[in-house]
Amino acid sequence: MQTALLIEQTLNGLQFGVMLFLMAAGLTLIFGVMGLINLAHGSLYMVGAFACATVAAWTGSFWLGLVASLAAAAAAGAIVEVTVIRRLYDRDHLDQVLATFALILVFSEGTRWIFGSFPLYLNIPPLLSGAVPIPGGSQYPLYRLAIIGVGILVAIGLYLLISRTRLGMRIRAGESDREMIGALGVDIRTLYTVVFALGAALAGLAGAMVGALQSVQVGMGEPVLILAFVVIVIGGIGSIKGALVGAILVGLIDTLGRFLLPAALAAFMGPSAAASIGAALASMLIYVFMALVLAIRPRGLFAAAG
Amino acid sequence: MKKIIAAGAFGLAMGVSGMAFAEPVKIGMITTLSGGGAGLGIDVRDAFTLAMKKANNPDIEIVTEDDAMKPELAVQIADKMVQSDKVDLMTGIIWSNLAMAVVPSVTGQGVIYLSPNAGPSPLAGANCNENYFNVAYQNDNFHEAMGQYDNETYKKTFILAPNYPAGKDSLTGFKRYYKGELAGEVYTQLGQTDYAAEIAQIRASGADSVFFFLPGGMGIAFVKQYAQSGVDIPLTGPAFSFSQDVLPAIGDAAIGVKNSASWSQDLDNPANKEFVDAFKAEYGRLPSVYAAQAWDTANLILSAVEKADVTDKEAFRAALKEADFDSVRGSFKFNTNQHPIQNIYVREVVKEGDVLTNKIVGTAFENHEDAYAKDCKM
Repeated sequence: MQTALLIEQTLNGLQFGVMLFLMAAGLTLIFGVMGLINLAHGSLYMVGAFACATVAAWTGSFWLGLVASLAAAAAAGAIVEVTVIRRLYDRDHLDQVLATFALILVFSEGTRWIFGSFPLYLNIPPLLSGAVPIPGGSQYPLYRLAIIGVGILVAIGLYLLISRTRLGMRIRAGESDREMIGALGVDIRTLYTVVFALGAALAGLAGAMVGALQSVQVGMGEPVLILAFVVIVIGGIGSIKGALVGAILVGLIDTLGRFLLPAALAAFMGPSAAASIGAALASMLIYVFMALVLAIRPRGLFAAAG
Repeated sequence: MKKIIAAGAFGLAMGVSGMAFAEPVKIGMITTLSGGGAGLGIDVRDAFTLAMKKANNPDIEIVTEDDAMKPELAVQIADKMVQSDKVDLMTGIIWSNLAMAVVPSVTGQGVIYLSPNAGPSPLAGANCNENYFNVAYQNDNFHEAMGQYDNETYKKTFILAPNYPAGKDSLTGFKRYYKGELAGEVYTQLGQTDYAAEIAQIRASGADSVFFFLPGGMGIAFVKQYAQSGVDIPLTGPAFSFSQDVLPAIGDAAIGVKNSASWSQDLDNPANKEFVDAFKAEYGRLPSVYAAQAWDTANLILSAVEKADVTDKEAFRAALKEADFDSVRGSFKFNTNQHPIQNIYVREVVKEGDVLTNKIVGTAFENHEDAYAKDCKM
């Protein structure tokens, strides 16, 4: 039974990890290419979740909702880039943090104004509901397996996009020398908008998928945003590979810590005290891990060159 | 000049005499109106304002603010209400961690606080205060009842609650009466939305039942994910996990589940009939246990306002302590620590037409007192 539990918890960690990857990929791409710290990334996650919940409620189809979440988050990202973010590239990080923090407030209050303070509930599509048997004799929810699958597909897709396509070549060029590719005649403004919309769409996708598992509510993006920042700091800012590895590590450490730590503590204290102290320590674990990584590799595990 | 002084004196006289006849009572309500805990706060606010509206007392004024389930925000609002709004009474807080942050400070400043929900154990025992009245329960109570009841059916229970004062009180209360073996004991984060790791532990634990305390949005997320996980160990819990505010979102998966509370919409007494009908007529939904507690809080305040002047704290506290109002819970009186002595019932989730609700199926405790009253020196 213990191996079954370990397998299930590892899958849980993976699922949490790929969800974080969808958030962190956009965040690290935007930082890598444009040098911008985007605190409003969590709001785009929320926009995706609300778009999915609304369209799914109108049409009764989760799949249309998923398409809507990608479209809405990408559109919101593009609009924000053109109207606000574009003015911030030449400013320092403090201005960027202030302006994108203001965007969080605008998005949150705007969403509250339209949808109210009550959480919305999105149901898992019938095709993906229920549980399937996994090795070790246990069962695992199909929907969570689907999230892992989508995450892996997105990771492969992003890899191909960046290493094999013309757009990817420009993104890589933009990461290493922004002025030069402008001088070479690449339309850098459009490139920035496209990258921003791509990052936003990934965040929106993550929001919609998680919304069906949990609930859709104002402010749902901020806790995830903090974790996504931890991920990109661990992985190395600007690196997609770092975001993937960092996200999986954070997902696994958080999930396994939450169940192994109280069990380990129970060996030398009462079960009640172990449960409560273990839970408190487990919630700090990823930050301790981040501090360790920074102490050994100050630029993260896969720091981008330059 | 003379005219002005005369007008001033007249105004002052009017003011003073006005006060002598009908002392206005200002009530500050801090509750959760946004986020995953909003359902609880909205029910408290709605029932409280409805009771006040029915009483139609023009001297009572209510100031309401949203704490968004954040202790630091609740503390700020409380300071503002005490210092600039000059409220006489306060109420409304849902969450025990917020109550622990706010209640000792406001009661220390001479404001009377009446809790419509949170009942953390420290405030019932050693840190009880003459200005603190709990109209709901001491946190342990509902869970004690479920521990008692689960003895009949289950031998090996897995218990789960959030890591905050009410979560600790919950599991302490459950264990005080539950005699069987524990298959596991887990604390989650307050406001946690993903329970995959906990559900995996439940699956592997070999438990014959799961007792969980997860109020509001946390419970909805847990039960939805539990239903998807393929685990079929029966769930039990306090009323908070299967209250009217979460049942519609949980859906038919909840039918047949037993839970414990001091109140249910089918409790047979005239005050409760009036309350349930009035609430349904006004808001078009069934009230929750939180609404019932807030309705009682409002009526307790109204009964005291009839008897005493709110500026005379001594007399007003004495009037509150009599608990001379028709509780929707039937019998209700205050213990020495100003927490309720009341019955705790076992309820079952049923479907009436297409509405999910709770019906009483038994009584776990009659005139139940909390375990901390003996530590209260008052």
